[in-house]
Amino acid sequence: MAKQRVMIIGGGLAGLSAAMKLAELDINVDLMSLTPVKRSHSVCAQGGINSVNEVTRQSGDDEWKHFDDSVYGGDFLQHQPPVKEMAYWAPKIIELLDRLGVPFNRTVEGYLDRRRFGGTLYKRTAFAGATTGQQILYALDEQVRRWTAAGKITKYEFWDFLGPIIDANGVCRGCVGQNLFDMEIRAFPADAVIVASGGPGLIYGRSTMSMACNGSAASRCFQAGAKYGNGEFIQVHPTAIPGADKLRLMSESARGEGGRVWVPRTPQDPRDPRSIPQNERYYFLEERYPKYGNLVPRDIATREIFDICVNEGLSVERDRLCVYLDLTHIARHELDRKLGGILEIYEKFQGIDPREHPMKIFPAVHYSMGGLWANYHRSADGGLEPGSPANQATNINGLYAIGECDYQYHGANRLGANSLLSCIFAGLFVGPCIENHMKSLAGGSAADQPASLYTNAVKHHQDRHDELLRRPGGKENPYLIHQELGDVMTRYATVVRYNNQLHDAYQKVSELHERAKHCSLSDTGQWTNQNVVFTKALLDMFPLAKTIVKGALQRDECRGAHYKPDFEMPGITATDEAGRQKQAEEWCDRFEHNNRTWLKSTIAWWNEEEPVLSYEDVDTSLIPPRPRLYGIVGGEMIEKVWKERQSKKKEAASGHADDNGGHARKTAASVAAN
Amino acid sequence: MADHAPHSATPESFEVRILRQDGPGQPSYWERHRVNYEPDMNVISVLQKIAARPVTADGKKVTPVAWDCNCLEEVCGACTMVVNGRVRQSCSAIVDRLLEEQPDGIELQPMTKFPVIRDLMVDRSRLFRALTKIQGWVGVDGYYDLGPGPKQSQAAQELRYPLSECMSCGCCLDACPQYGKIELEQREGESEADFERRKSAAYDRSFIGAHAISQVVYFNADPIGKMTAANRLDALTAEGGIQVCGNAQNCVAVCPKSIPLTTSIARAGRAATIHRIKRFFDR
Repeated sequence: MAKQRVMIIGGGLAGLSAAMKLAELDINVDLMSLTPVKRSHSVCAQGGINSVNEVTRQSGDDEWKHFDDSVYGGDFLQHQPPVKEMAYWAPKIIELLDRLGVPFNRTVEGYLDRRRFGGTLYKRTAFAGATTGQQILYALDEQVRRWTAAGKITKYEFWDFLGPIIDANGVCRGCVGQNLFDMEIRAFPADAVIVASGGPGLIYGRSTMSMACNGSAASRCFQAGAKYGNGEFIQVHPTAIPGADKLRLMSESARGEGGRVWVPRTPQDPRDPRSIPQNERYYFLEERYPKYGNLVPRDIATREIFDICVNEGLSVERDRLCVYLDLTHIARHELDRKLGGILEIYEKFQGIDPREHPMKIFPAVHYSMGGLWANYHRSADGGLEPGSPANQATNINGLYAIGECDYQYHGANRLGANSLLSCIFAGLFVGPCIENHMKSLAGGSAADQPASLYTNAVKHHQDRHDELLRRPGGKENPYLIHQELGDVMTRYATVVRYNNQLHDAYQKVSELHERAKHCSLSDTGQWTNQNVVFTKALLDMFPLAKTIVKGALQRDECRGAHYKPDFEMPGITATDEAGRQKQAEEWCDRFEHNNRTWLKSTIAWWNEEEPVLSYEDVDTSLIPPRPRLYGIVGGEMIEKVWKERQSKKKEAASGHADDNGGHARKTAASVAAN
Repeated sequence: MADHAPHSATPESFEVRILRQDGPGQPSYWERHRVNYEPDMNVISVLQKIAARPVTADGKKVTPVAWDCNCLEEVCGACTMVVNGRVRQSCSAIVDRLLEEQPDGIELQPMTKFPVIRDLMVDRSRLFRALTKIQGWVGVDGYYDLGPGPKQSQAAQELRYPLSECMSCGCCLDACPQYGKIELEQREGESEADFERRKSAAYDRSFIGAHAISQVVYFNADPIGKMTAANRLDALTAEGGIQVCGNAQNCVAVCPKSIPLTTSIARAGRAATIHRIKRFFDR
């Protein structure tokens, strides 16, 4: 059998960690990327990376709590074994990054410094200034450069992934790529293809994502038969700097280091914000969420900022929605040491020094919790089975997905500083899984497959490409359709969602899809034709856009980032004890009923025209779902009622310990004790 | 926003002059475009507007301009070009500022020290090749769990961190008088692999540039990286090494990340001198 190879699509944190781990396992790797890998979107990650550490441990923290925060923050929508495994790997991953030379900030004694991030009460987040993603990406890029020099990894930078190559038995045998300079289309035989292509932010026009984050690689796998999970769960980051070409991220670490969000109590108060007295400022996150304050999970912070500006009319400016994010009470040298990178971005792009003036920010589309459906192999202790070929596998044999483009780790809402972790974890963990997949592969290696498998695949993509170039001019303009798509998606499928609007949005997206099929090109040349590459990416945005909108339309509930006011569960309004008790009981009834209906992953298939949705149960066997009560009115009463119910259930279960339910809970309990 | 809008009346539209080139080895030519003014524009949004409607100021239909970009927040290093005569990131080139400096329009050219692929897009593979030459990585044993790295002082981290912000954008190289352009053509019958090897060899003989010198300092200051410091100093003192630097100090003036490149060059120079003396006596 010829020597086997692995193809990785994307050179961000996930793709690079998979590449270096596979190289270490003596597996030959090809790595395809739209950009030089050092320029991947992971550079934009700012705040940090989470793990339990010695200090938090001695304050009562442990891996299980990190796991619990991630699952609770994600509103229980993620399968729990992969998240558990990730939380237990986290401290080891940070130690590895430390050895690789990432310049993490240090304490006076020389240990890694940590900051607090949203959705937790512990200081778990290791950071390198406010450019943590950049520093970590570079460390991995350096390791991949080392393996490239050694001949173990071959990089194909400035190549566009056009689609997987699937044989008659449904096995992925490689992929087709296109060179962005000479436009050559060629086949890359591979015994496993790992898609690590990041998020699909460009579907929303402007977002915090980079220009390479067009979702095309994931969409091309989706259109080739891969399932897509939880598409409707799109994280809108609470704090971004509005811009004409991009909405630039202002990291959560600004709040982690003490930044405070506020608006003047007087709408559009014209005074200089620094001269507005404290009692005339509305620190609405701190007032509404006394426990977490400015560090509530992202979905909540985003909705509150939206609410303050849209419903309460308290936007700082009249013509543009924004609130203050204020760092001016923190010492300048502290800010420079810990947040320098992001403050420079604000200063360069807004022309204002955020150390002296409060920043003006507003939410922006930031991250996709949903992505390609990926499998996992649950181990006896409730984590993942190391080396199992099922881990991170899509439903297409030999096609794997890791990083932001998989749906696996973040449920309905991602916690800050968990994304770098999930990318690196999945990249490292998948290495031995791929190795075993290739050992068990039937029918020879990719290089032994009939040449026609590859020539046919190339011909298919060459025909599509040539057809686009041959089109007569004067028809639809791909750039203008992209703007329209972004407007529709941003308006109707972000922070607040209504069914009638989503219904209309689906129609509009479908119309745009039809129009996009009639795009004509302004460049029909065969050299560095960015026009045709963009048009292809645009066409491939529609299957994902439709999946996002349809998933949102069908899901009649509020969960994490998916918020529909028509299905919101109001807090307690009664004032007397008996009334409060009764309402809390009703609340819990409704919560349980809703979970029976909707605590399910949305799974989409593509049928050539439309996404077809179905729903799969979520493995919540380790941590039973509980109400997410950040700041809800009467939350303490609901919590009390909920806890009583849980303890009653436990008593009932311990009476029937031999039934299945009891067994599942026992497994969870024994894991918890470890 | 009142506090950063220009106080003078804003123009309805402004001129953009772009130095275009259809492919490697082809002649370059200037093209004039007229772009409608909007608030908060940067050079990227100007190029996006031209791409959406590629018609010159004279009303001639043309192909969209090719350029490279990704993050649009000056952290990926992709969108380097020469804007109004100065090499920089085009994403952070704000139109209001540019028009204040030069009211008659904006001038865009590709970087001058790298082969043009098309229009504003250049081939910077030589820049990455230099990172291989200096062995720009920490040579860890492997990726298994071997516990934490060595403790480091805050001072050590604060020395390394600014150097690690280098995004390989190439500004320092474009501005450097010692960094000459190398543009090779594939020979008749030469294989892709042979051509790559010939290019790498040519790159390795020529000046590595300020960015790579600074990266030597960066890796040699890492507690694990310094165990293999001698290899990097060998690369630094080989042909095309630090001795080529003419101390013009242009690099530090144009670095968008304000990396102390001349400080790095001075530190690397001292280390290289000591290294050469040691090597001399070790013979």
